[in-house]
Amino acid sequence: MNIGYYPGCALHGSSVDYETSVRACMKALDVQLDELEDWICCGATAAHSINHKLSVALPARNLGIAERMNLKQVFAPCPMCSMELKKASDELHADPNLCAEISEIVETPLVGTVDVWNLIQVFQSVGYDNIAQKAQGKLDAFKPACYYGCLLTRPPKTVNFDDPEDPTSMEELLSKLGASPVDWNSKTVCCGAGLTLCDEAGVARQVHKILQDALDSGANCVVTACPMCQVNLDMRQADAKKLGLAQDVPIFFLSDLVSLALGLTPKDLDFQKRYVAIPNELQKA
Amino acid sequence: MAKIGVFTCWCGENIARHVDVEAVSEAISKLPGVACSMNYKYMCSEPGQSLISEKIKELGLTGVVVASCSPHMHLKTFRKTVELAGVNPYMVEMANIREQCSWVHSDKAVATAKAIELIGIAVAKVRRNAALQPIKVPVTKRAMVIGAGVAGIQAALDLAAGGVEVILVEREPSVGGKMAGLSETFPTLDCSQCILTPRMVEVGQHPNIKLMTYSEVEKVDGYVGNFKVTVRKKARYVDIAKCTGCGTCWNACPKKNKIPNSFDYNLGNRGAIYIPFPQAVPARPTIDADNCLRLQSMKKGKELCGICMKNCGSQAINFHDQDELVEFDVGAIVVATGYKLYSIGKEQENPNIKGYGEYGYGKYKDVIDSLQFERIISASGPTGGEPKRPSDGMTPKTVVFIQCTGSRDNAKGITYCSKICCMYTAKHTMLFKHKVHDGAAHVFYMDIRSGGKMYDEFVRRAIEQDGALYHRGRVSKIEEITVDGVKKYRCYGADTLAGEPCVVDADLVVLACAMVPSDGVTKLAQKLSVGYNEYGFLSESHPKLRPVETNAAGVFVCGACQGPKDIPETVAQASAAAGKALIMLSQPYLTREPEIATVDEKLCAACGACVQTCPFKAITIEEIRDRKGNFIKNTSRVNPGLCMGCGTCVSVCPSKSVDLIGFTDDQVYAELESLLA
Repeated sequence: MNIGYYPGCALHGSSVDYETSVRACMKALDVQLDELEDWICCGATAAHSINHKLSVALPARNLGIAERMNLKQVFAPCPMCSMELKKASDELHADPNLCAEISEIVETPLVGTVDVWNLIQVFQSVGYDNIAQKAQGKLDAFKPACYYGCLLTRPPKTVNFDDPEDPTSMEELLSKLGASPVDWNSKTVCCGAGLTLCDEAGVARQVHKILQDALDSGANCVVTACPMCQVNLDMRQADAKKLGLAQDVPIFFLSDLVSLALGLTPKDLDFQKRYVAIPNELQKA
Repeated sequence: MAKIGVFTCWCGENIARHVDVEAVSEAISKLPGVACSMNYKYMCSEPGQSLISEKIKELGLTGVVVASCSPHMHLKTFRKTVELAGVNPYMVEMANIREQCSWVHSDKAVATAKAIELIGIAVAKVRRNAALQPIKVPVTKRAMVIGAGVAGIQAALDLAAGGVEVILVEREPSVGGKMAGLSETFPTLDCSQCILTPRMVEVGQHPNIKLMTYSEVEKVDGYVGNFKVTVRKKARYVDIAKCTGCGTCWNACPKKNKIPNSFDYNLGNRGAIYIPFPQAVPARPTIDADNCLRLQSMKKGKELCGICMKNCGSQAINFHDQDELVEFDVGAIVVATGYKLYSIGKEQENPNIKGYGEYGYGKYKDVIDSLQFERIISASGPTGGEPKRPSDGMTPKTVVFIQCTGSRDNAKGITYCSKICCMYTAKHTMLFKHKVHDGAAHVFYMDIRSGGKMYDEFVRRAIEQDGALYHRGRVSKIEEITVDGVKKYRCYGADTLAGEPCVVDADLVVLACAMVPSDGVTKLAQKLSVGYNEYGFLSESHPKLRPVETNAAGVFVCGACQGPKDIPETVAQASAAAGKALIMLSQPYLTREPEIATVDEKLCAACGACVQTCPFKAITIEEIRDRKGNFIKNTSRVNPGLCMGCGTCVSVCPSKSVDLIGFTDDQVYAELESLLA
């Protein structure tokens, strides 16, 4: 399978380990990633808070590149990126006048034929059963708390993915790979996101609450499909411990666990870049 | 030769401001067949009507066109005027030059030209009108009331008091409906059962009321005044004529207190042979076949248990009981099927409605709905009126009430206000505080809707005297947590007046869920040809002026099946429906508008297209035979009692052998010709 690939800023910056993990995982699944040539920022929170047209134009340019490259799907591992791309795509579809105007602004013809996928949707299109068949080992030791954060399922009308209040698609995949996901409360609670830069204490409180809930629910790790969530839960865990978090909680990307099941090693996945050390029993399937 | 009088109304300024009525009259007077063309300031007024009748008498008019408002408004008025002047009332046509012309155009020249065209159409039609006679149909002086909650009970009692025989059909084993399960009622806090049970007993004993409990409407045939309703009397396995209601059987049942009781919304238990609650009417038990050891064993050819039968002194138990179909001839039907509460669960019957994942989709035992809370605080409930939470029987100290759960929530697919939740939530806080004096009752609300006599005072009393804590804001999430070994429900809410988050750890959460129509109401509505809205609430004929009639003649609605409403309003509407039905049943015969479909039986090929399409099941295929009884051909035939004159059959008939009297093809083509001329 060939799909377009839009890494976004996080995967080339603060979360390079996510990119390593995603690329390794996709390679193992025979999914070829065609990175968009000369991609730009998705606009993130900044654009849509300031200027609506800009918030459509930035992702629209990326969609235009994908169209030029004859790609049918664009995979954006960051849920913020995939949401912004999808939102722009929907708006361009709904309003031909806007589409024409944005086309002119970004100097790229826009048709609107590109589908946007998040990480889980890529796994879904490969097929959970196919992944399970390719698995080399079982994730028996893993009792993950699957953490979706805010943007994977929201806004529901835009992303139109899983149940916004009680998503279960990660649990389904990981169960097939032998893990025992726990039922917990904080699946879709905010990780604190960008406040990590201006309200460290606030983010620490969120992280503490989320991780304590994971531990109380019997989890031995947290799995996410969002670079922002992973960074906050991992990097701010030291602060959460000062607030009383009982023990270390390793924070994985979903692609890490799938990769381990497929027989990849921690080296392939940049585990050494994580703040919270990953215990030996969780380094292999 | 046709002599048509055209009377153009100014409607004060309504028409005259944008339509040049003088120019209209002048132009119309030149049309063929028009004997006079007048205008007047208010044609519906006494002098206006006199003008019409004077001209009829003076010129010997054969037909009249009134160019004014919508026929919905005044067609009846002008038909009466014309009839009194000696002309057949169906020789009147109205041209709507107000709603469809003066009100929607601002350019006077355009509006005037359009008015002339509209009137021209009406003139072309009226020239082809025929004198018609209203249809007379006989009336069966018996009524059926479907649903025996407070609405059905009230309607049945009123009809019975009016001297009409009533068949009261209820699908549950007892009458009483939702109200029988309530604790106290707002705004007086009088005991719901205390005020309802005398009425329940009365319907059980009234000589004019035939009670059909544990029964459902299977089929509805016939038409206004002459319905034929088939009722399925479900197998009860107890002969209620022999049974004395002594209670030996349900006390002896080995499944006693082992099966969730739906009357208690599964918070309490009953046996396999049971009465749903002590005040049930009839106070006779029912056997739940799915849970009865004997009935289950009989499926496998064995005869286990049977303890109830062995203990019954009056031999009332019959394990071979079967469903029975009973047919009733009735003249009018009152639908009072009530409501149920919206389920917060993930699976919803209506795909447009979504549940509440943020409240756990119903997986938390101590997150209950308001009807369950009614049972918990009701003296006849599973806890004997002691507030105890379902999970562990603990007396809750902190209760969170969440209003508008489902209601007014576009994201969940229900846009309407359920109307009664603000009031019963205030009541719940009071009842809770009266029983748990040191308890805290937190209410999360969007805004308080307490319109009604003594209603707002009641809410203020809850807040000011009983100390209910009201927070204006929504709860975004409920989490189950454990604090010192005790389960709590952390409610993440907002207090938007204080402008801050408001988190409450509750022992019990009560959701004021939206009211939705009870199960199966849309199927029943289809059997009755009654309309319903996207949520399944039955449609009244006119929201203001015909609130209990439906578009199916002879079928009336009352109570929560028509829309969310409280007890006083339900009772008032039930009496209104009974009153309307009594008016209908008091006539020696019914007259109906003659504008119905008619089949040219010579042309009809009996293809059945009209039979399929008729929404009122008014068309059947009949045989034509000669005098000797030899079969000649089949034809479709319209039942004049059932036909509502919608004209759907006319449009589907491939051989053009159906026509709609009063709107014949001849008339419609003439109208079109006039427009295109």
